[in-house]
Amino acid sequence: MILVTVGSQLPFDRLIAPVAAWGRARGVKDIFFQHGGTTVNLTGFNHAAFIPPDEFGRLLDRATVVITHVGMGTILGCLERGKPILVLPRKASLGETRNEHQSASARSLEGRPGFVVAWNDRELPVLLDRLDSMQGGERISSDASPELLTAVRAFVHGTRLPRG
Amino acid sequence: MSKQRPRVLAIASKGGHWTELRRIRPAFNGCEVIWACTDASIRSEVQDGRFIIVPDANRWQKLRLLVCACKVAILVLRLRPDVIVSTGAAPGYFALRFGSFIGARTLWLDSIANAEELSLSGVQASRFADLTLTQWTELGVALPPRTERDSRKVYYGGAVV
Repeated sequence: MILVTVGSQLPFDRLIAPVAAWGRARGVKDIFFQHGGTTVNLTGFNHAAFIPPDEFGRLLDRATVVITHVGMGTILGCLERGKPILVLPRKASLGETRNEHQSASARSLEGRPGFVVAWNDRELPVLLDRLDSMQGGERISSDASPELLTAVRAFVHGTRLPRG
Repeated sequence: MSKQRPRVLAIASKGGHWTELRRIRPAFNGCEVIWACTDASIRSEVQDGRFIIVPDANRWQKLRLLVCACKVAILVLRLRPDVIVSTGAAPGYFALRFGSFIGARTLWLDSIANAEELSLSGVQASRFADLTLTQWTELGVALPPRTERDSRKVYYGGAVV
């Protein structure tokens, strides 16, 4: 199953529409769309405007590949599960989000195994045709980096960080 | 520390903010943790501590921001946490703001999503939080020992990944 997800803040039809069109053109029906309120006709596909977190986790478990905006909740969930990820960053210039942080995050994650970025609308269909060959990276731990855990732990307990 | 087990209020909005907060959970071992989130269905993820729902708001929703601020203020006054940790966004910001008034130690961990500039709430929180952390080396200074920190600076102390 291909999971397409746009988060809970705003719709993102610039992602939903081309994936639905691609699915119809290629006869790929096993796509689940979490669309956040869409004007795109999704007849023939499974879809929901929003999905509660526990159910979303189960969908992520089942997904073979995830197509998403650059939402860190979803991306961390994919990395924890070793799922291949195709992202289309939201653009503030198109009113899709408040600033260009999604492009910045995408740039910083690009190059990770199993993480592919469509930088514009023309790249997206090309990358969709390559989905079958996408492989997920290694699963990451469900905990933060030891460095961060040490820093937060030291702060919480009011102890000094080890020097060095 | 006067208490054996510090009482920690760990607060975040749903979505990525919550996912990041969940990933630092091991840092709260040995603490009494109270989790607060804007989404009731998160409750099932919390086994180790109390769970409280807080209202969400963004900066364009002035009335909701006011409601959010009031509810969070009451929560902080009622719980009197020793430590408040947030990964964003609005409810966490308010918790740190009110927490700093009652003498709680406050930590703002700016989201990993902010790779090129700190979030607006992070910039504001850095003015009063005891510690403000970014997850990008480019946006902060390496975290020095406690005694050498400046609470108005933004530090890098590792990332949630």
